[in-house]
Amino acid sequence: MRDTVAISIASTREAPWTLPYRGTVGMACLIVAESAIFVIFVVAYIFYLGKSLTGPTPAQVLELPIFGTVCLLSSSITVHLAVATLRKGMLRACTGWLASTVFLGLIFLITTAREWYHLIHDEGLTIQTNLFGTTYYSLVGLHATHVVVGLIMLSLVLGFSLFGLVKEEHSEKVETLALYWHFVDAVWVVVFTVVYVLGR
Amino acid sequence: MSTTHVVDKIDETLTPQQGRPPFNVVYEWLRTVDHKKIGLMYIAYALVFLIIGGVEATLMRIQLAIPNNHFVSPQVFNQLFTMHGTTMVFFVGMPILFGFGNYLVPLMIGARDMAFPRLNAFSFWVSAFAGLLLYFSYVGGSGLYAAGSAPDVGWFAYAPLTAKVFSPGHSTDYWTLAIFLSGIGSIGTALNIVTTIICMRCKDMKLSRMPLLVWLYLVMSSLVFVAVSPLTAAQVMLTLDRYLGSHFFDTQAGGSAVLWMHFFWIFGHPEVYVLVLPAFAFVNEIVPVFSRKAIFGYPAMVAASVGIGFISLSVWAHHMFTVGMGAAANTFFVFATMVISVPTGIKIFNWLATIWGGHVIFRTPMIFCVAFLFQFLVAGLTGIMLSVAPFDWQLGNSYFVVAHFHYVLVGAILTALFGAFYYWYPKITGRMMSETLGKWHFWLFIIGFHLTFDFMHVPGLLGMPRRIYTYEAGRGWEGWNIIVGIGVVFQAVGTLCFVCNLVHSYLKGKEAGHDPWDAWTLEWSTSSPPPDYNFAVLPTVNSRRPLWDLKHPEDPDSDYE
Repeated sequence: MRDTVAISIASTREAPWTLPYRGTVGMACLIVAESAIFVIFVVAYIFYLGKSLTGPTPAQVLELPIFGTVCLLSSSITVHLAVATLRKGMLRACTGWLASTVFLGLIFLITTAREWYHLIHDEGLTIQTNLFGTTYYSLVGLHATHVVVGLIMLSLVLGFSLFGLVKEEHSEKVETLALYWHFVDAVWVVVFTVVYVLGR
Repeated sequence: MSTTHVVDKIDETLTPQQGRPPFNVVYEWLRTVDHKKIGLMYIAYALVFLIIGGVEATLMRIQLAIPNNHFVSPQVFNQLFTMHGTTMVFFVGMPILFGFGNYLVPLMIGARDMAFPRLNAFSFWVSAFAGLLLYFSYVGGSGLYAAGSAPDVGWFAYAPLTAKVFSPGHSTDYWTLAIFLSGIGSIGTALNIVTTIICMRCKDMKLSRMPLLVWLYLVMSSLVFVAVSPLTAAQVMLTLDRYLGSHFFDTQAGGSAVLWMHFFWIFGHPEVYVLVLPAFAFVNEIVPVFSRKAIFGYPAMVAASVGIGFISLSVWAHHMFTVGMGAAANTFFVFATMVISVPTGIKIFNWLATIWGGHVIFRTPMIFCVAFLFQFLVAGLTGIMLSVAPFDWQLGNSYFVVAHFHYVLVGAILTALFGAFYYWYPKITGRMMSETLGKWHFWLFIIGFHLTFDFMHVPGLLGMPRRIYTYEAGRGWEGWNIIVGIGVVFQAVGTLCFVCNLVHSYLKGKEAGHDPWDAWTLEWSTSSPPPDYNFAVLPTVNSRRPLWDLKHPEDPDSDYE
């Protein structure tokens, strides 16, 4: 039984009907939504700059995290190379680039952890100390949370890749993940500028 | 490729085999990823909360009907208005509109499902859990300090009322977590709708051929990303304040209570448009079909919708004129707020132009749309009044404001929603809704609405502030409050007619067939209710009204577009 009326109007042979890959569009939407969240935290950080009633101030305790930043930004290049090699079917190279991405991301997390340890242990700055502590830990912490989520997903892909399960046809999916990772890096550029450059 | 082959294959996998009769149905609905079932669950869940929120409103009106009333205590009254507002915005408005979007968008663009079916199910269940969490506060909200049960900080929860010292116990935490989770669900569904619209359209459905409903859902969902996310961020900050002792909104440590207001209303005002755009969407579909004309000014309608989306991001602080932001900020937000009435006005004129000269059929969906047009206009006019900062200084936080935004939410959004129910019910169930009960519903509800909300403006003008649990006699407010209360009775009976109509028509309604309204969009080309796979053969379209082309091959729309 046909309970559905199909609308088939003699289709002339025109250009094929192709629409964007849904993973890319979905990730772009997520990035827009996440950016809005970060904007609110950045606005709060800027709004409360210099409004702390007690010390320590950013100028007293913050140092430029150059090494971590270089590692994180380089990981954007390595994840791009992972996708590019996967698309060409160079599976070994892809695994290598994925591994270096995870490695660089981990180094960044460790530098953040060391910085926090220094701030909490040596400088006595916690989220409760003053407005600087409140906004600093929440903004940098929110970014670090995104790095952790990205690392979990990248490690999963790396795991699959080590077992030889990531093939050329998965390049679009890996690219979606790479898009997220680029976003995490781009956010760091903003956080770095606001917190460590302008905010000091 | 043969059609029957595709149908057989899909039927096989979707026939539930597990369990005996009551259990297999429950099991099927619990695990479903079908956009139609998820849409219906959204709608059903929102209707339950609509009744709950309605009961809360009724209790408040009983309390306020006469001066010095002691029907409920001040504490309970605070909880009632908090829960009423939160419920109606987050657990009625959002889910019911997402429900319709879920159901209609894939059907209207000729797709078999949403882009991410499992994300769709996840978003629904997260939102549903958030609603239950909010109401669980009545049982579990007292916490260690045994203070309060349901949240009582108002639906916009101004700081520092939400600080740990002023809101001990966990009631505010239930509110925060419920909003946070509902936000996650909303962002998930919005992401899904945008991706579906961009990536799943059937062959040759260009953006310029999409039904206006789909366009409006695209704008509305995009708006959700930039409107709901800030609220989610603010809830994270509030939770950090309450649990880790940070100082975002802690004025004692230099924090700012006004910052919360900004963050809340950066969400709060676009949210109004998130809610009203789907209402526009329904009217866009219903008015042309019942005027027997194509929509007037399609490109202008699209441009106006996108314009509203952008402008709505720059009007939030008109909720804050009474805070004292300074002349420059006030002027900016006055102008931005007034500018938004331009695209909205374009829409109203286009609907009128669609009706103008049409062969208008006044069935229930259409009369609700006519009421929508009138009521939305009045709501817009009081909106322009309130956008004038000095006028707002006088009437901010009064019942005039309450009447204004209920005119938008009930008079425009809920009225259009009722129209949408009557219009798409035949598609969803395969049966027509009763016209007689529909007319009863319409007249009772509209009379009740006008009794309540027209007359609610007056005590506001006479100085009655919102959120007071009672008032003294002799201020000239008594008579008006009685009329407002009487209107509630009419609205309640009208809503009862609606619920009876839903149930009665489901059991005894006239068979609808696949296209009862002689409509033109793709959802009417498939059976009622649509099969799990929507379309046996994916359609191809040549114009904005594919079914018109099919019914009138001698004069297709594609010749004119």
